[in-house]
Amino acid sequence: MTEAAPKTDQTVIDEGVEKGAARLTPERIETVFNRVVRQESGARLKTYVDTCVHCGLCADACHFYLSHKKPRFAPAAKVKQTLWEMMRRRGRVDADFMKRATLIAHTECNLCKRCAMYCPFGIDVAYLMTVVRRMVHLLGMTPLYIQDTAHSHAATLNQMWVKEDEWVDTLQWQEEEAQTEVPTLRIPIEKEGAEVMYSVIGPEPKFQAQLIYQAAVIMDAAGIDWTMPATPGWDNSDMAMFTGDNELMGRLKRAHFETAARLKVKKIVMGECGHAFRSVYDVGNRWLGWEMPPLPIVHAIEFFYELIREGRITISRKFQPPVTLHDPCNVSRGMGLHDKARFIARATCETVVEMYPNREHNYCCAAGGGVVNCGPPYKLQRVQGNRVKADQLFDAKARGAEVVITPCHNCHSGLEDVIHHYEIGLATKFFGDIIYEVMDKPGVSEGA
Amino acid sequence: MHGIYTFVTGPLVWLAFVVFIGGSLYRIVSMLMLVSRKERFIFSYMSVKYSLRSILRWMTPFATVNMRRHPVMTVVAFAFHFCLIFTPVFLLSHVVLWEEAWNVRWWTLPDAVADVMALVVVAGCVFFLLRRLVRPEVRFLTTASDYLLLAVVALPFASGFLAYHQWFAYRFFFLLHVVSGEVMLMAIPFTRLSHMLFAPFVRAYTGSEFGKIRHARDW
Repeated sequence: MTEAAPKTDQTVIDEGVEKGAARLTPERIETVFNRVVRQESGARLKTYVDTCVHCGLCADACHFYLSHKKPRFAPAAKVKQTLWEMMRRRGRVDADFMKRATLIAHTECNLCKRCAMYCPFGIDVAYLMTVVRRMVHLLGMTPLYIQDTAHSHAATLNQMWVKEDEWVDTLQWQEEEAQTEVPTLRIPIEKEGAEVMYSVIGPEPKFQAQLIYQAAVIMDAAGIDWTMPATPGWDNSDMAMFTGDNELMGRLKRAHFETAARLKVKKIVMGECGHAFRSVYDVGNRWLGWEMPPLPIVHAIEFFYELIREGRITISRKFQPPVTLHDPCNVSRGMGLHDKARFIARATCETVVEMYPNREHNYCCAAGGGVVNCGPPYKLQRVQGNRVKADQLFDAKARGAEVVITPCHNCHSGLEDVIHHYEIGLATKFFGDIIYEVMDKPGVSEGA
Repeated sequence: MHGIYTFVTGPLVWLAFVVFIGGSLYRIVSMLMLVSRKERFIFSYMSVKYSLRSILRWMTPFATVNMRRHPVMTVVAFAFHFCLIFTPVFLLSHVVLWEEAWNVRWWTLPDAVADVMALVVVAGCVFFLLRRLVRPEVRFLTTASDYLLLAVVALPFASGFLAYHQWFAYRFFFLLHVVSGEVMLMAIPFTRLSHMLFAPFVRAYTGSEFGKIRHARDW
């Protein structure tokens, strides 16, 4: 059961973790441990830990293990190096232990839940890692970059320190840009009673504003009665969910739904994001005591699927370069949208090359679950932990793919990093990119 | 001998079954009560359809991706568990004891078949032991308690096999068999052997969460 102490290829100094660890006392660690394990957690934690028979069959589920082939990356091994040890010692662990536990839970697990499908019992190791993250949060030693993101959420209700005026400015700017193509296009802001509130993640106005433009053109072409809020509460993302800051997560989700309720919309349609979905559909809503979200929230994949199926947007000429489709965790394992995604791919693209494994079994991009949000210090480790994804992409490329569709912002970034690092040479696209490019745009003016 | 025999086949049996049944009920009920106190949403997420879908899937050899990835382990684990459960329940020697004590009887295995089944259990334990020693990802997770549990499970079947055949040291192996069987029963609710009790619940929850909430398959 032993192996040499883990050596990373580069030494990462994370100020958030270091400074937090320096403030730790054994009493604080024990107090937080007792609070999280005895008070906050319940049957899931206890039963998952008690039922695991240490069989190691979960190893093959995890991309970190598959990429490194080192036992310490197996899901149960991650629990052994964190929770088992803490529970065995009743929370009497030291600061160095907590530092290692922090890094395991935040940078060596993407919470992708693939392990729950490989364990014969269905033990959810991703959930167990969130328990560790909760302890780390309460101890104040969350990795620096993602903690900063949580601070942004707390101060501005969005992930990217976007100020209130910057948000509206960005919407109006994109509206102007889009009007050069579709003169009658509007991005209706604060339209009470609209059918749909469209919500985006923080990074979109900050450095991917063209996605808002594209979404507006799609909404216009499909004739959707939609709106976007002018107030904070527009961001559906939720990094607090990934730092274990449940209280902040509750604030964010409540603000998002209250914004939609204020605008009296029938449903929220969200862009291509994975974790935002998880936070409204799985974690955030439960923290607020809602079994299900109070307003239906529709992922972009579901939305595009309906638009195409109902003929509200039409495609006359398909996207020519052969594509392959990545299944983001929160969209396939998280919401079962993988077959609808394939419908969209086949409806919009000439040649679709399947990657293997796919659907619920597709490999995580290694960026999600807050890992990419822990920032540049961990980038090398992140892409090295996903060699198995690189192999999968190489295989798809060998069978003709030139583009990989990534219907999730984290996956888009994560796969770009993997493609770059391993020199795979595939382009990455959102469904929105492809639909915008190939759909029929009735309102487009000539000579635009 | 007579005194020891009476004790281990009398009061100790009572103790073993009371602890096993009572302990199992206690573990299950306290788990459900914990769910009710802390994670009520689990009740609303549970679904009979998706629980059964998951349980039946995972009870079928080679019906899941991970089983197909580990064919030898799958064959051994299924054979082991099947023989583990059915040998003690349908063994002629045991049913004779039930009839003597409670005047009930049921179908029994031919002794030759039970012989093989007992050896399958012991061989399974040997396979699991080797796996723990040889496979790095399993060795990493293994501690002394894992070896101990294998011994607790193997002992009743090995000693029972030897006692039945009466090849040598019959009285010793007989007593060892009875006592080790009782130890195993009592260990079930309070060690990792409790996976016998919790597996259906964990499987049902994951099956329900994946099936009803996430609209995805969990195998």
